[in-house]
Amino acid sequence: MSFFQEIPEAPADPIFALTTAFKADPAADKINVGVGAYRTDDGKPWVLPVVQEAKKRLLTDPSAHHEYLPMSGYEPLNKSAAKLIFGEGPTLQRVASVQAISGTGALRLFGELAKKFKIAVTPDSGGRPRILLPTPTWPNHNHLFATCGFDLHMYPYLDSTTMTVDIDKMIDFISKQNPGTAVLLHGCAHNPTGVDPTKEEWKRIGQVIKEKRLLPLFDIAYQGFATGDLDKDAWAIRYFVNELGLECFVAQSFSKNFGLYGERCGCLHAMTTSPEIAAKLKGQMARESRALVSNCPSFGAKIVATVLEDPSLYAQWQESLRIMSGRILKMRQALVEGLQKHGTPGNWSHITRQIGMFSFTGLTKEECTLLKNDHHIYMTQNGRISLAGLNTGNLDRFVKAVDTVVRQTRSESSRL
Amino acid sequence: TKLILLDSLLQEKMSMFADVAAAPPIEVFQLGRDYQADTDPNKVSLGVGAYRTDEGKPWILPVVKKAEALLAQKIDKEEINHEYLPVLGHESFAASATKMLLGESSPAVKEDRSFGVQALSGTGALRVGAEFLKNIMGRDTAYYSDPTWGNHGLIFKNAGFKTINKYRYWDADSKGLNFAGMIEDLNNAPEGAVIILHACAHNPTGIDPSKEQWGQIADLIKTKNLFPFFDCAYQGFASGCLDTDAWTVRYFVERGFELFCSQSFSKNFGLYNERAGNLTVVVNDVSPITSMKSQLTLLVRAMYSNPPAHGARIVDVVLQDPDMYQEWRDCIKIMANRIIDMRKGLRERLEKLGTPGTWNHITEQIGMFSYTGLTPEMCEFLKKEKHLYLLKSGRISMCGVNNGNLDYVAQAIHDAVTKFQ
Repeated sequence: MSFFQEIPEAPADPIFALTTAFKADPAADKINVGVGAYRTDDGKPWVLPVVQEAKKRLLTDPSAHHEYLPMSGYEPLNKSAAKLIFGEGPTLQRVASVQAISGTGALRLFGELAKKFKIAVTPDSGGRPRILLPTPTWPNHNHLFATCGFDLHMYPYLDSTTMTVDIDKMIDFISKQNPGTAVLLHGCAHNPTGVDPTKEEWKRIGQVIKEKRLLPLFDIAYQGFATGDLDKDAWAIRYFVNELGLECFVAQSFSKNFGLYGERCGCLHAMTTSPEIAAKLKGQMARESRALVSNCPSFGAKIVATVLEDPSLYAQWQESLRIMSGRILKMRQALVEGLQKHGTPGNWSHITRQIGMFSFTGLTKEECTLLKNDHHIYMTQNGRISLAGLNTGNLDRFVKAVDTVVRQTRSESSRL
Repeated sequence: TKLILLDSLLQEKMSMFADVAAAPPIEVFQLGRDYQADTDPNKVSLGVGAYRTDEGKPWILPVVKKAEALLAQKIDKEEINHEYLPVLGHESFAASATKMLLGESSPAVKEDRSFGVQALSGTGALRVGAEFLKNIMGRDTAYYSDPTWGNHGLIFKNAGFKTINKYRYWDADSKGLNFAGMIEDLNNAPEGAVIILHACAHNPTGIDPSKEQWGQIADLIKTKNLFPFFDCAYQGFASGCLDTDAWTVRYFVERGFELFCSQSFSKNFGLYNERAGNLTVVVNDVSPITSMKSQLTLLVRAMYSNPPAHGARIVDVVLQDPDMYQEWRDCIKIMANRIIDMRKGLRERLEKLGTPGTWNHITEQIGMFSYTGLTPEMCEFLKKEKHLYLLKSGRISMCGVNNGNLDYVAQAIHDAVTKFQ
């Protein structure tokens, strides 16, 4: 008999299950629009030229070593990462930045800090930190904060009929929250919908958060990847901090915008009101990090810091971001054009209005299943596709398959 | 500065975080800072446990350099890239790490009832294991040795363990193991308690139980139905031999225990900052393994999604290549032997100087650290007057000792002991 005999099997993560199924599919022309990792037009991963250059420098640096980083991580990364998010200016003096295991690690670090210091604990949250998550959101948000013992609530976000933000419902819900409640916001390129608030909508969101004294937690995994412009993609965060004077947390990932997925490079930033408070927060954030990982891995951090600190590499990196976001945009346009040319039933214009790697196509569960079973096209059941999985080589087939499937399912129905 | 002042005036309002207190400084890091700030030419760093050469420098193992160059080539040839690893980590690395620990001929390995989960070095493995024991197995009591590595307590506390107790370990009088105390405390542990054990080269004391004592500890753990969680940060580094240093864990496996063991490759590969580690799990039946892995997957997803590739790849390249593996084993011997030499040298000098007390514990202790038996007063004196930086517990890291400073260190210790006798 094992101690572990009674352990129930946990449900498999749908995306990993999808990838497994895709890998097992023998079809030569199978298409994977599941996982959100960038692919070139040849369908391959892309190791950025600036990443290659940075690695070369690290490899040939005579003073390179593998000694422990401090608990707070690689300071040059922390500094550059903060500047990247918040922009140059006096606010950088009052931000606490600690390296984390990419975006997930940054979110978890926030979770640990909130538990320890009763951040976001409200009178009716049962002693637990309370957080609001958008409907829908990256599924790991729910899982992570539930695991941390948070009191979780979902706020209205997507209006799936118009594929826009349901801003009135969202504001109304948020306005009813107790002070201190944490509100998770996607900094740009909302995952999974690709639907971001407009600037006017961000202003309204910021206003209600300020009035009700709520705590914004930005998850920004796609800075530079959404519009192709780093500053534009950080607009919402900077508006909250600079114009509204709000305190906030930012969970930052370098997985996508540097293509460094497996090296787990990220940061957690706490923007507060004074350098003194920032210093104390930083120490406490570092302490929580110690109990998770002791200190963060150096490789990814040094690559990113090398690029961010070198003006020439930085410029080349910006060009790479334009290339990646540009290809995604091209695929969006081509997809919509293709569907319109086929006269595929439905309105598909939201696909080019959406932004970032993902698109909530509006395809139903049934349609997704048909696409998988009949056409060897793999996407998550909510109709989300990763545009990076499309390319000039497979787009036509994708369009035709969607057209076929939509006609199959919608020919009987009277909706349109 | 004007802009900063103006900005903070504008921000002059209540912060949500106004009540957050400053974190207590961690002694070993403060010690490092104090050492850095000291301008005395004779200063010696005996604090942090990171290997130093006889020249007092960090050592990037040549075989690690080779592996890094190989990996760079593989990226160039597009054989590998920077895509996500699986949630439970680099499969080859985890399997090799587990095999390295348990030995190829281990019944657990042969019967497929052991597996590895790549983790963020030893800390990450401990945290994942602790989270599993707490959230999936419902354990909430843990024990660690008195003294132990400073982070054990916080890891288990943050994982949600409600009761964290100490079992006696260091005996100040004999400068050895308080075995009777250890047995008594473990005997009083409630059923199901998780017992953190150091696989070899106990940190901070350097004192390991004898094989015979391990036998008795195993008997007790079995009788009381406690759960052994080994921390193995020094495999190969302690004696110079991987198998010797793995004896204890392998013994427990032979005895039929189910156990966890956190493995760190920070010291034995000199890869401190790349966070290469593994959680080895040994069960006595294959049937729960799938479920365990699925639950571990969920726990990891909520912590960091998937682990960093670079450090694990370096280790894997070396473990998979027979020549590189041998080269690495030679490097470990070099490191371990230098430490053993320094222990010998220090003990000889103290005995020659006639320093009051007995000093055989310096060579009887094993691994990077030595609990010298020096008092806090003596340690303070050493810091202030002799520029020797060691923890106030009297723990020294032998890595900081070298042929260049051995005489100085011995004399300084002699002075400290005679002053406060």
